[in-house]
Amino acid sequence: MAEMPVIRSDKCDGCGLCVGVCHLDALAIVNNVVTIVETVECDWCTDCEAVCPTGAISCPFEIIMQES
Amino acid sequence: MAIQLEFLKSILYFSGLGPAELEAIGRLVFEKTADRAEIVLLEGELAENLYFVASGVVKVFKTSAEGKEQILSIVRPGESFNDVAIFDGGPNPASARAMGPVILCGMKRNDMEAILRDHPQLALNVIKVLARRVRHLVSLVEDLSFKHVISRVARILLEHIGGEMSRGPRLTQQEMAAMAGTAREVVGRSLKALEEEGAIKLDRHRIVITDKEALRRTMELSS
Repeated sequence: MAEMPVIRSDKCDGCGLCVGVCHLDALAIVNNVVTIVETVECDWCTDCEAVCPTGAISCPFEIIMQES
Repeated sequence: MAIQLEFLKSILYFSGLGPAELEAIGRLVFEKTADRAEIVLLEGELAENLYFVASGVVKVFKTSAEGKEQILSIVRPGESFNDVAIFDGGPNPASARAMGPVILCGMKRNDMEAILRDHPQLALNVIKVLARRVRHLVSLVEDLSFKHVISRVARILLEHIGGEMSRGPRLTQQEMAAMAGTAREVVGRSLKALEEEGAIKLDRHRIVITDKEALRRTMELSS
């Protein structure tokens, strides 16, 4: 499965700002908490992380060397 | 009207006003909607309206002649934008773009001035909003002018490379910003600059170091 943003549901207040900015519709609010729509591949624009007022959603990067 | 009054109550500008006064102000507010990526304000154009975000998120940004973007602020529900131009009478100092579908409450410059004349106690609220804005921008100016943020970001990347044997820690832009002592917006711009220099490549959730020596040279720029 493709990498997806990391959600801390205990921090999510269900405001839905991340859902509104996701241009791939990869996020949804279910039972007042943000949830990943697993059928969609995230392109890691990180807008959801930028707009989240509570730090409940994050898009961590793995740092690697280019294979030679 | 009911939703609008509830919303107006939540805005710092109008804090302390009673229902009748809010209702009078509500009659001066107009609604504007914008779709994702739609430009709501264009830098340099004549400023006519002050906006409050009712739902969704708006990005306020400057664009350089080369097309590079610097985010100045992310405006969430209940917050305002274009305040400066409304009060100093100058053009829009920055552009604003809807990050998703947004609903805005707008107010004409003349109407805002009339409200302040009728309710001078609101001037203190406006001063608080503008003072917060100045504090945020002063901090951004410090980051952009005096700190070699790009060098620090280069150092952070070099210190957190994962190997074949062990995966390095995964870092968010927020975490890199905290490590570099800067704002997330500045880290985003630094990563783009490093990519343009050919030192790294952003590949979805991976930052691939394509030229370690170039990254090291950038790191050593810091004094």
